[in-house]
Amino acid sequence: MVAAAERSAQPAAATPARPRSSLGFRYSLPVLLLLAVGFIAPLVAVIAFSFVEPRSFDLWSEPTLANYRTIFEQTYYRSFLWSLAFAALTVVVLAVICYPVAYGLARVFGRWSNLVTLLFVLPLFISENVRLYGWVLFLIKGGVLLGGVKALTGIELTSILFTPPMIVFGMVYVYLPFMLFPMTLGLSMVPREVTEAAFDLGASRAQVFREVELPLAMPGIIIGALLTFVLGVGAIVEAKVLGGQSVIPITHDIEIAFTYAQNWPLGAALSVLLMLVVGVLVLIVLKRFDLDRILGRR
Amino acid sequence: MGMDAQQRRWVKPLIVAWTAAICLFLYMPVAAAALASLSQSRYFTFPVAKWSTVWWGKTFDSIQIRELIETSITIAMLVTAISVVLAFFGALAFARYRWRGRSLYQRLVLLPIFFPQSVLGLALLLWFSALGLTLSWQTAVFAHLVWIVPVATLVIAIQVYSFDPALEEAAADLGASRWQVLKEVTLPVLWPGIFSGALFSFLLSWGNFPLSLFTTGADSTVPEYLYAKMIAGYTPGVPVLGTVSTLGAAVLLLGGYGLITVIRRARGT
Repeated sequence: MVAAAERSAQPAAATPARPRSSLGFRYSLPVLLLLAVGFIAPLVAVIAFSFVEPRSFDLWSEPTLANYRTIFEQTYYRSFLWSLAFAALTVVVLAVICYPVAYGLARVFGRWSNLVTLLFVLPLFISENVRLYGWVLFLIKGGVLLGGVKALTGIELTSILFTPPMIVFGMVYVYLPFMLFPMTLGLSMVPREVTEAAFDLGASRAQVFREVELPLAMPGIIIGALLTFVLGVGAIVEAKVLGGQSVIPITHDIEIAFTYAQNWPLGAALSVLLMLVVGVLVLIVLKRFDLDRILGRR
Repeated sequence: MGMDAQQRRWVKPLIVAWTAAICLFLYMPVAAAALASLSQSRYFTFPVAKWSTVWWGKTFDSIQIRELIETSITIAMLVTAISVVLAFFGALAFARYRWRGRSLYQRLVLLPIFFPQSVLGLALLLWFSALGLTLSWQTAVFAHLVWIVPVATLVIAIQVYSFDPALEEAAADLGASRWQVLKEVTLPVLWPGIFSGALFSFLLSWGNFPLSLFTTGADSTVPEYLYAKMIAGYTPGVPVLGTVSTLGAAVLLLGGYGLITVIRRARGT
């Protein structure tokens, strides 16, 4: 911690503070402008739209709470709960699956870890619906798995496709890199000497994991968990392609309100509630971290 | 120490085996799609009764699909060009300079990344229509930028963190103007980060679905078309186009990474 503080203090000490500070601000302006017009303003528009008369497209009408009333009177809370539960389950499964791989990338693979990283990065750039549809082809009746089993053994199995667990499966599959890479970053922040010292003092593998690795790698793990949770709550394709609409997550309700139902204000109100849940969570977590230390580890 | 070595003896092979299994899991559906694209029958059954490349031919002959690929590439190229410029300065502000409001700026940059993309797409749809804009591939470029510029900023910022500010100061002390310092010192040193940022921008735009879905209007990108066909109207053209888009991303990524490695070796860093 002390070393990190010293390092971050260094550039400030080496350069005269005033001209630098204005330069940093000026360099940030293009990005700030983009985010003001492309991120903040649309969110404000959504919030404004959520107070418009149901089924209206006119932003400049008398504000009303009718949309929120509709949401609380109907069963939308079920979709919310499904979405949150699916996302939470995805985070837990991913944490368990990714830990050994992240440990390997940070500690075991050595010069091979670049190549392994590349293998895990590539799927990020293949559209998620292409990869999910690959699973449909793999798991469907007469597909690679069931067709293969039948050809080899003659046994006909029923497909597990289009059931709620498949939605979690798809989310685990799609969001794996988003857990893996922050976790690897976190684990590579654990100094080797500290683990060695713990072993030398007679700690067991389990003790080292519990008392040394896990706490020190926590910032990375929490960022990974947050990222996968947020993406999971916003997931839209998994439930349609793999879940076969067996469960309706909140993003579907929002999409339906915006498309078939043509009830934009209702969709906006649902989005506002989702944004509240996600936004509060993200702000609480991000506030606690020193980003310079996590990203700028040297 | 003895304890540690003993522990590692069985931990290592397990980790390697587990990682290999996860890798296999990641690429399984990609392989299944490639198989399906080579089947002659209209509906996929396994084992494949008759192999053929007829659907590959049909896909490449289709004018509609060529247009889709063109739209996707145009969007991705524009997004890359704009986001690299914005993210370069954004990353310097993120990691290089200490200034008031920097910590707030850092968190603001992260927010669009930690945000459900489908909701962002819808929010942009609302915003565009409130402004009276007609949706087309141009509005999709803007939508992609809102998400991709922050990602590229982070990617470049990681390189900026390992950048030694003394280099810039030495050049300035020798009488270089700020523009010269930027061009002759900062840009060349940060080049690998900028290149990765560009690669990420292109590939993320190429594969993006949730933002395109709500912001392209009458135009369509490859992922959107594939989605529509998956929901209704499957032909083996779907896995063909999916495989093509996968192979394209793989070639770009491996080629780009190879290029960085070669240049780094040549520079001796």
